[in-house]
Amino acid sequence: MALLLYLIKRFAVLIPTFLGITLISFFVMHLAPGEPMSLQADFNPKMTPEMRQRLRAQYGLDKPLYVQYARWLKGLLVLDLGRSFAPDRRPVWQKIKERLPVTLLINGLSLILIIVIAIPLGVKAAVEQNSLFDQATTVLVFLGYAAPAFWIALLLMLFFGIYLGWLPISGLHSLMGYGQMAWWQKTLDWSKHLLLPVLVSSIGGLAGLSRYTRSSMLEVLRQDYITTARAKGLPERVVVYRHALRNALLPLITILGLSIPGLIGGSVIFESIFAIPGVGQLMWSSVMARDYPVLMGNLVIVSILTLLGNLLADIGYALADPRIRTGIQSGD
Amino acid sequence: MNPLALGKRGGKVLGRYRWLAGFAANPLAMAGAIVVGGLCLVALLAPWLAPYDPQAIDTWHILEAPSSAHLLGTDSLGRDCLSRLIYGSRISLLVGVVSVGIATSIGTVLGALAGFYGRWVDTLIMRLVDIMLCFPTIFLIMAVIAFLQPSIWNIMAVIGLTGWMGVARLVRAEFLSLRQRDFVLAARISGASSLRIAFHHILPNAIAPILVAATLGVGGAILTESALSFLGIGVQPPTPSWGNMLTEGKDNLEIAWWLSVFPGLAILITVLGYNLLGEGLRDALDPRSRQG
Repeated sequence: MALLLYLIKRFAVLIPTFLGITLISFFVMHLAPGEPMSLQADFNPKMTPEMRQRLRAQYGLDKPLYVQYARWLKGLLVLDLGRSFAPDRRPVWQKIKERLPVTLLINGLSLILIIVIAIPLGVKAAVEQNSLFDQATTVLVFLGYAAPAFWIALLLMLFFGIYLGWLPISGLHSLMGYGQMAWWQKTLDWSKHLLLPVLVSSIGGLAGLSRYTRSSMLEVLRQDYITTARAKGLPERVVVYRHALRNALLPLITILGLSIPGLIGGSVIFESIFAIPGVGQLMWSSVMARDYPVLMGNLVIVSILTLLGNLLADIGYALADPRIRTGIQSGD
Repeated sequence: MNPLALGKRGGKVLGRYRWLAGFAANPLAMAGAIVVGGLCLVALLAPWLAPYDPQAIDTWHILEAPSSAHLLGTDSLGRDCLSRLIYGSRISLLVGVVSVGIATSIGTVLGALAGFYGRWVDTLIMRLVDIMLCFPTIFLIMAVIAFLQPSIWNIMAVIGLTGWMGVARLVRAEFLSLRQRDFVLAARISGASSLRIAFHHILPNAIAPILVAATLGVGGAILTESALSFLGIGVQPPTPSWGNMLTEGKDNLEIAWWLSVFPGLAILITVLGYNLLGEGLRDALDPRSRQG
C-alpha cells in the first residue's frame, strides 16, 4: 500500500516535468529566428506572398502560439508528431519508431555491461582501498572521464578494425551475403558489429558507476553495523556482499537513473561514427537538414524515455528499500 | 554570536591561505595546475610556437606521416597538424572558460534565489532544474544549433545555457544551510537588505564549492565542444578545433592514423588537467571530501 502511494506520488511529479519538457521543446522551436516552414519556402522560387500565407494557414502557423501548442500537445497524445519536411513527407513518429529498437538495444546492452562490470570493480576497489588494484582503477576512471568517447571509438576502430582486421567498423550487419546466412551466423554477424558501439557507449557510465560504487561502499563499510557483523565472526565475503553491498546499492539506483540522459545522448555520437541507423543518427541528419518536425519529435521522445528511466529507477529504489516499501520512516 | 564561533572565525582568518599549502603538497593537483597553466601559455603564444601557418595549404605534402619536417604529420590539404593542434588549444580553452562562466553565473543566481526565498520561487526553479536534467543535453544543444548558425559564439552560449543545473543545486544547498545561521540573523538585525545579505554575506561562503564545480565543468564543456565540432555542428573548418580535426581523422582513418590519434590525446590531456585541478581544489578547500 505504502509502495503504491509512493509510486503514485513519483508519477504525479513526472507530469509537470513532462509538460515542462514539451513546453521548452515547443518554444525552442517557435521562438527561434526564422519560422519552421521558411526553409521549404525559401527553396521554392515560385513562392508568392499569398502562397506563403496559405502555407502558414495550412500548418496552423497563423494562429497564436498557445493555440499551436495546445494543438501540438493534442497530437502528441496520439503520437501524431506531424510530418517530416524531408521530400518523403512521412509521419515523424513512423520515422522514429523504425529507428528506436536499435538505439534501445545498444543502450540496453551498454547498461547491462556497465552494471555487470562497474559494480564488482567498485566493490573490490573499496574493499581493498589504497591497494594497487584500487589505484589502477582510479587511474582508469580518471582517463575514462577525460577521454572523448568518439576518440576512443576511433582508436578502437583503428586497432581492431583496421590494424588487426578482426571487427567490422560500420553498420549493423554485413552487406554482402547477409541474406544467405543461417540464424546463428546472423546473430554472430550482428554481435560482431555491435561489440564496438556497445563498448564505446558504456565507457562514460563505467567510469561513473564504478567511482560511485567505490565511494558508496566506503561510506557503508565505515558504519557500525559492519563492525558488528565482523565482530560476530561472519566471513568477510558475507559481510561485504550481504551486509555492505545491499546498502551501498541503494544510492546507485538513483545514479543509474540519472545517467540515462547521458547514455542516450551518446547515441548521437556513436551512431554517426559507426553508421548505425538509430535515433541518434536521425537526430543528426535532421539537424543537418533543419527538419524541424523530426527534430521536435526526437527531442520529446528521447525525453520521455529518460523520464521512464527515472521512473524505473524510482520503482527499483522502492523495491530495494524496505523503509519505502513499508512506509516506515527511519530516524534519520 | 558565541565566543566559540568567534574563535573559529579568527582561526580561519589566520589560516586563510593554508589551503594553498595543502594544494601544493598534492602532486596530482599540481600536475593538473601545470597542465592547465601550460595550455594557457600554448594558447597565448600560439603564433610563436606553431612552426607553420595552421591554415596554409600545401598540396605537395598531403597526408604525410609524422616526420622531422612535420612532427605530427599533415592532413588531407597538406596543413601541418602540430600547428593546427597548437591553434586548436585556443578554441578549447575559450569555449571551456566562457561557457562555464555563463553556466556558473546562471546557476549561481538561480540557486541563490531558490535557496534564499524558498517556497514557490524554490519550487519553480528546482522544477526547471529537473526538467533540464531530463533532456539529454546534446539533443537539446543540437536542436538549438539547428536554428542558429553553428559558430563558436553560439556553441559557447548554448553549452552555457544547458549546463547551469549542477551549480544551481549546489548554491541552493549552501543557501539553505546558511540562511538560518547567526551571522545572517546579525546582518538582518543590523538592517542589511535581502540583496546584500544574499550576495554579500551568504554567497562568499559558497565560493569554494562553486570554484570546484566550475573547474570540473570546464573539462565537460571542452568535451561537449569537441563532440559537436566532430559532428560538424560546432566550430567550422577551416578554423582548427580539436573536434573538427578528428572529423578529418575519421575520414582518413584507414590511411592516416596520426590524424585520429593526436587531437584526441590533446583533448584527453586538457580535460584530465582540469579534472585533476578541480579535484585538487576540492581536497584542499574541503578536507571532509578527502575520505570519500
